[in-house]
Amino acid sequence: MKNLKTVVLSNQEISPGYFRMQILAPGYNKLAKPGQFVMFRVQRSLPPLLRRPFGIFRVGFMPADCDSMPPKEFIELIYKVVGSGTEIMQRLHQGDPVELLGPLGNGFDLGVAEEEKILVGGGIGLVPLYMLAERMVATSKVRLLMGGRTRDDIITVTEFERLGVETYVSTEDGSLGDEGLVTQVLERKLDKYPKSTVFACGPMPMIKAVQKICFERGIPLQVSLEALMACGVGACLGCVVKGAGHTEVEPRYLCTCTSGPVFAAEDLDWGNSEVSTVVAGGCK
Amino acid sequence: MIKPTEKILQPKMAVEIAGIKLKNPVMPASGTFGYGEEYAPYINLNQLGAVVTKGTSLNPKAGNNTPRICETVSGMLNAIGLQNVGVDAFIKDKIVYLEQFDTPVIVNFFGNTQEEYGEVAARLNDVPGVAALEMNISCPNVKHGGIIFGTDPKAAFAAVSLVRKRTTKPLIVKLTPNVTDIQITARATEDAGADALSLINTLTGMAVDVKTRRPRLANTIGGLSGPAIRPIAVRLVHQVVQAVQVPVIGIGGISRAMDALEFLIVGAKAVQVGTANFVDPNAMATIIAGLEDFCQEEGIADINDLIGSLEL
Repeated sequence: MKNLKTVVLSNQEISPGYFRMQILAPGYNKLAKPGQFVMFRVQRSLPPLLRRPFGIFRVGFMPADCDSMPPKEFIELIYKVVGSGTEIMQRLHQGDPVELLGPLGNGFDLGVAEEEKILVGGGIGLVPLYMLAERMVATSKVRLLMGGRTRDDIITVTEFERLGVETYVSTEDGSLGDEGLVTQVLERKLDKYPKSTVFACGPMPMIKAVQKICFERGIPLQVSLEALMACGVGACLGCVVKGAGHTEVEPRYLCTCTSGPVFAAEDLDWGNSEVSTVVAGGCK
Repeated sequence: MIKPTEKILQPKMAVEIAGIKLKNPVMPASGTFGYGEEYAPYINLNQLGAVVTKGTSLNPKAGNNTPRICETVSGMLNAIGLQNVGVDAFIKDKIVYLEQFDTPVIVNFFGNTQEEYGEVAARLNDVPGVAALEMNISCPNVKHGGIIFGTDPKAAFAAVSLVRKRTTKPLIVKLTPNVTDIQITARATEDAGADALSLINTLTGMAVDVKTRRPRLANTIGGLSGPAIRPIAVRLVHQVVQAVQVPVIGIGGISRAMDALEFLIVGAKAVQVGTANFVDPNAMATIIAGLEDFCQEEGIADINDLIGSLEL
């Protein structure tokens, strides 16, 4: 955990409104766990003021510029342009200076090898599931259910397929894959593979629906939450979520940054949980 | 004008506030640095002039609903609602960690009533690891207490007088900028026995999501901090320094050494860094180094020579 002053290696639009950025990140291959995030500083000057939290899509090595140099370590972020921070971010080029604070948060619990795994990703919520799939495919059967509003929201599915993940796509307008909600696909898959454990990340309505389905069937569920964050280290208390057993009299708030961003479903309060579903920190 | 003479190799950076000796005049603002431990992986707490902890109340406090924060132009709004573990848990669990560092600990506290303020101060009075108390009479984000005491000079006088009777620790009172004439509140708290004043707390503000037509904060109104508020803060510190004899700690939008220098030059004896900690967890170390560099370059042998050196 430290602040890394580094540079952008590449930054490309992969689907309308969605970008993939590679950032030079020595140490991250060893450090980063699936489900962790970074607090990303887009530029040294204002705006934006605050860093933005981004889930790590993957870590890796790329060849150095010349043979005598060691390979370059990088992390990859995938982001959707939603506001002022990500608008500046999409204009960054190779060599532009940026800062990474991280890797932060707890990450996923990988569970036991024999269990079948179902990953549920809604739009940009797919991001933290890739590293998870990478770690699990060798020992477990992994299925990915990817949902979006339209085909533009369906990203990186072929990369999951290349890992050996079985993928199922659904869109609300039917422009790609099955027409409908990803949660409908989840119900069908759980009918067929009732011994699965589920990992989900996406917009809050999707997360809530996934929780309801899994709870009714007694299926173990981990969710990765998004929240507005100022610090990412548990100091500002801006990103809290209501924990299980939360009441007005005995409140139990958990920081999404330090107690999460991944939570076992049973650790959260689902009755009246209010989590902001904005992807990046700060106002649009 | 301070005439640059020769380069000073090791300028003196230590300052003293209400009898507490600080290695340098830089400390975090309460609520932006947790209980110190959260930032220990990123910044050496021994480097700091002091550590100021998250506001503590008599009983644990839940805080507000979310969203609690929102970025605005060169600033941020927050309405955390003073979520904290309560003074007993603070004494039991939080202060112990900070004892390993050679850095004074200033404990920020607040209450819903005068009596609560007094009780928290009394419970902290016998805790050896506490160097000083910072009494928050200025939080804009809670329904009761807080800012009520900060905006009514009579209420401020009464509350500070009561706390003064319950503690022998140095007492810093944190003021709100959300008043018509800050000099009146400043004098009232000085008269009531404050050993030092710190200012400013956040300015009340609001932002609206035009698509949903809802406030961006669940609490509707929040406190504005960050670079956007610095000129207002410098002005208020300048005014308070003119009005009182006790030392003043300047707060508001400091993110670089140059920003801190403005406050010192108008007469603040120390500064607190807030929102900048979120942006760069090492911000205070950079500011401290920058202050030292400035003194070297400008031939200032002791940073105290800079304090209140404003030329009008």
